[in-house]
Amino acid sequence: MVNKACRPTDSLIGHDAWNIQLDKNGQLKHFLTVEGLSTELLSNILDTAESFANINEQRVKKVPLLRGKTIANLFFEASTRTRNTFELAAKRLSADVLNVNISTSATSKGETLMDTLQNLQAMQCDMFVVRHNASGAAHYIANRVAPGISVINAGDGSHAHPTQAMLDMFTIRRNKGHNFGRLRVAIVGDVLHSRVARSQIHALNILNTGNVRVIAPKTLIPIGIEDMGVEVFNNMEEGIKEADVVIMLRLQKERMQGALLPSEQEYYQMYGLTEERLRLARPDAIVMHPGPINRGVEIESSVADGPQSVILDQVTYGISIRMAVMSMALGRDPETIEAEKT
Amino acid sequence: MSQLLIKNGHLLDPANKLNHQADLYIKNGLIIAIDTAPENFQAEQTIDARGLTVIPGIVDLCARLREPGLEYKATIHSETISAAISGITTLCCPPDTDPVIDEPAVVELINHKTANAAHSNVLMLGALTTGLKGELLSEMQALQIAGCVGLSNAKHSIENTLVLKRAYAYAANCGLTVFIEPNDHWLSAGGCAHEGTIASRLGLKSIPVSAETVALARSLEIVAETGVKAHFGRLSSAASVDMIRRAKNDGLNITADVSAHQLHLNELDISSFNSACHVLPPLRSQRDQEALQRGIADGTLDAICSDHQPHNPDAKEAPFASTEPGISALATLLPLAMRLADENIIDIETIIRAITSAPASILGMSSGTLSIGTSADICIFNRDTNWQLDESSILSAGKNSPFIGWNFQTRTEHTIIGGTVIHSHRD
Repeated sequence: MVNKACRPTDSLIGHDAWNIQLDKNGQLKHFLTVEGLSTELLSNILDTAESFANINEQRVKKVPLLRGKTIANLFFEASTRTRNTFELAAKRLSADVLNVNISTSATSKGETLMDTLQNLQAMQCDMFVVRHNASGAAHYIANRVAPGISVINAGDGSHAHPTQAMLDMFTIRRNKGHNFGRLRVAIVGDVLHSRVARSQIHALNILNTGNVRVIAPKTLIPIGIEDMGVEVFNNMEEGIKEADVVIMLRLQKERMQGALLPSEQEYYQMYGLTEERLRLARPDAIVMHPGPINRGVEIESSVADGPQSVILDQVTYGISIRMAVMSMALGRDPETIEAEKT
Repeated sequence: MSQLLIKNGHLLDPANKLNHQADLYIKNGLIIAIDTAPENFQAEQTIDARGLTVIPGIVDLCARLREPGLEYKATIHSETISAAISGITTLCCPPDTDPVIDEPAVVELINHKTANAAHSNVLMLGALTTGLKGELLSEMQALQIAGCVGLSNAKHSIENTLVLKRAYAYAANCGLTVFIEPNDHWLSAGGCAHEGTIASRLGLKSIPVSAETVALARSLEIVAETGVKAHFGRLSSAASVDMIRRAKNDGLNITADVSAHQLHLNELDISSFNSACHVLPPLRSQRDQEALQRGIADGTLDAICSDHQPHNPDAKEAPFASTEPGISALATLLPLAMRLADENIIDIETIIRAITSAPASILGMSSGTLSIGTSADICIFNRDTNWQLDESSILSAGKNSPFIGWNFQTRTEHTIIGGTVIHSHRD
């Protein structure tokens, strides 16, 4: 009997896209995507963030947890808000912070990206916070950094933005309580290009949310998105009905050029969150948005600034979540980190 | 010239219905007898092929050698050695070299390099339009005289349908086959993964099946109208297999191939952003993969090719979408094809036909068989070994293979080209 030609086992191929995130003790080493993580781990991130939220409300907003650690923010794509909250989070944990803005054009070649990383590694950073316009960039970097360095994905292409999703979960939990099972969450807008939406969908499902739905025109819904555990609605009025949480996504102006939409006006007519439409959701529904907002394109100003909006809370909680993730990845068992280096 | 005896091998040549153990006699570069020794035959060299399978040399319909233009990736020298060691005795390059094969001087340049460096026979397709730009017809007859065996616009689509029709008609006028890689570039531009659940999850820009079927339907209509002989290459979807099946049933003079990797991989293989699996057309669903296998099994698809695209290491060192597509595939063409026979997915005779006589006939060659009087291009393989593909077993300058780490049963032991033993495996 001859041996069957066969594929190598998964362990030989390398790691699954999400399993490289955990160290041998199951602790968070990198935070690249929410996909594949356990309910316990996500709850752990939220609980840790809760403790930091209290610190952030105190007069002295600083703890010495990461003293002596160096965190490099590598932003290959422009960002103000996300980078600021990461920086603030690192500083409140007493880490040293290095901000590196790298124009994407200069690193469109992989070797330059690797060169950049090797240079930073030589500066003995402990963590890279990475934003890049290519899906999978954070995984690519995590697979190649020196052992012992943690990578946090601050947004890669249309793939994932896990800390944004977690701060959204934190916002929902603070407003709606711990039982996600009774919640109906509607995500509205450009799901096709949204890394935020993808990470939110994974997080909501891992936290056992009762009903997750996406609402968008057919041109902005990725094929097969149902398989990620969402109900798809093309009609805003139907989709938003009885929702406990309404998450609006930002609409990029360039979508008009690609013939995905006819005009901002028509989009607002069909999918804009107006006061009138919001009345179709549950009376105590909260309104969220990852920012920056396009007033009058995806959301009416009076809704964005209204009593049901928690948009500014999201920004505040972003610091706590990022502190939680950084402290978890860098506060792991020192012996394990040392062992990874050898 | 020398006399070579291959004795005790199991001859397998579907074109001649050979499937039994026999001796093979070669003289002056030609196969001169099977079974019985011709008079006065005195072997100067003997290969004992007991326990081994003897098939016609493998003919690969699509292999990029990267020369001229991309010599930092690979050269005619490096790639034809790799081909020969893999049992591939003839390979055909598409015209998308730099400069493009759109005038006789480029054909002569490649022929010159080939004469000095090549181990396997190298055939060429000429460009269907100048510069592959889809605007002006190339000098097809001049290319034919220079030695091109067919015409192709490679991966570049011809957007103007009238140019497409005239190009096909003019090729028919020259009696040349057009080799078509159907791709509607409006639907595929910028994409790197099959439009489906995996690409949606990974946030990768996707390529729908319609990018292939729209272009295929358009070409089929014009093939029917012009009567040109057409070959459709590197098909990737179940829908395309159905369209080819229907067109053949309607009596259209067409053939088709699929690359070996499409028969073994599908979209799930990119789910960890594995850039080695970044190929165009993209790896599609498991259903498509199975339909392609059935297409080979029932003869809808005639041939299996390597779609060899060797790369320098940096080409695959980037986030998935920024990497260059393609697999270094010469080393795995036979092992992957034979794996389908070993797993009883496709019978071995169909497999061997799909890599020998079928592609040879598509290229208008008499080789690809063990017929008496033909050039002795022969591959002898052991189908009962167990070896693992690693970088060192890939002789190509490009080591970019998603099959590294896979175990295979079939290994080429000897390659004979024109009666000369080019390669013998040593353990």
